[in-house]
Parts: sequence; C-alpha cells; structure tokens
Amino acid sequence: MMAMVIFYILAAVMVVSGLMVVTRKNAIVAALFLVVAMTALAGLFVQLGSLFVAALQIIVYAGAVMVLFLFVIMLLNLKKDEFGFDSRLFQRLFGAIIGALILIQLWLIATGYFPQKGPQPIDPEFGDAALLSKKLFIQFLYPFEIVSVLLLAAIIGAVIMAGKKSEE
Amino acid sequence: MAPLTHYLVLSSIMFAIGVWGVLRNRNALIIFMCIELMLNAANLSLMAFSSYLKDYTGQVLVFMVMAVAAAEVAVGLAIIISIFRHKESVNVDNVNVMKW
Repeated sequence: MMAMVIFYILAAVMVVSGLMVVTRKNAIVAALFLVVAMTALAGLFVQLGSLFVAALQIIVYAGAVMVLFLFVIMLLNLKKDEFGFDSRLFQRLFGAIIGALILIQLWLIATGYFPQKGPQPIDPEFGDAALLSKKLFIQFLYPFEIVSVLLLAAIIGAVIMAGKKSEE
Repeated sequence: MAPLTHYLVLSSIMFAIGVWGVLRNRNALIIFMCIELMLNAANLSLMAFSSYLKDYTGQVLVFMVMAVAAAEVAVGLAIIISIFRHKESVNVDNVNVMKW
C-alpha cells in the first residue's frame, strides 16, 4: 500500500516536471525541471530494488549531464528574445497529434501485450551491485569495453568540435 | 512494488512527452532535453522488466544507455556550440541548409 502511494507521488512529480520541461521557454528553467524528473526516476529505481543504478542515475544524469547542460546554456548567454522561439501553429498541432498517437500506441502495448504481474514484494537479494558487476564484467565484458571506446571517441569529438578554431 | 503495467504506462507517458517536446520546441537545447526524457523513459521500462523478471541484463542495458546518453550529450552540445558560433542562434529553424 505504502509502496503504491510512493509510486504515484514519484510518477506525478515525474510527469508534471516532464510537461514543464516541454512547455517552458526558458532553457534554464527547463533544465532544472529535468533535474527534478531525473531525481524522481532515481526514486523509482530505488523502489524497483536497484540502489546501484539509482545512484548512477543521480550521479551521471542529475549530476554530470545536467551540469553540462546548464554550463552550455550559460556559456551561450542567450538574450531574452532568443529564449522563446515562436514555433508555428502547425508545428504545435503536429507535435501534439503525433505525441498523442504515440502515447495511445505505447499505452495499448503496455497494458495489453505483457502478462499482468501484480504487486510484488521487493526481493532484498536483487539489485546487489556485486551481482550486477559480475554480469557486467563477465557476460557483457566486450560491450563494456566498446562503451569505453565510445566515450573516448565522444570526448575527442566534443573537444575537436567545440574547441576554438586556430587561425589558419 | 507497483504492478509492472504501471511502470510501463508511466514509461510510455514520459516517452510521449519527450516526442511532443521534440516536435513542438524550436530551441535546440530544449529539444536535447526532450531526447534525454525519452532515453529516461526507455530506462524506466528496462529497469521495470529487469526487476520483475529478476534478470540483471536489463540493468546492464540501462548502464549502457546511460553511457551512450552521456556521449551523445557531450557531442551534441559541442555541435550546438559550433552552430551558435556560426549562426548566433540556437533556433533549429535557422539551420536549414540541408533541408530538402
């Protein structure tokens, strides 16, 4: 019972802050609401029983990624009139229609396609960081190494693209 | 824990909000944030499946998605910065040279 109440509170916080991200014109306000949404998602991860991934969510998403976002927003130093661009009416309409269609489709899949599993007690054995790392470093060692190469490539690419051009 | 369907429905709501935001907004930075919302929605359903099936593969996938999202943010923001240097704007309507 208590778990359901917490789930609904976190879900409401997440949906409302998601809507605020979409509707705010000021990019800084949107970024701060995105932090709220990601923190609520970390709460849901805790409820699902994986503390390690919840901690990663806070550190990587709400921490590093959002700091990068805010840093870039403040670096660009947009003027007041550059915050809100008037998207055309048909764009707003189109976006709302496509969003609603995707919502309906995903909703139908989510409620109709998968076996209905009722509320379950949290398994204290599940979500252990040691077991996760065993899976990660034994069965998925090769993808893990590829991800590290991907991150290296991203760092180099970001520095090359955003770095100051030297005088030719 | 709440029933599996609740998590999946919440995940689809967040994904739809992300799609709506990408189509609605013209500010490249906010479009990026909406992409992050969609990635997070996918992470939520992966975590829910992982937790209900008692299988760690979903968590490993969430881990990979986080790494790819971090890489994507770094490269994407670098692209936005270099667009801003050329155009003095982050409005995606101004970046239409390649538009058919």
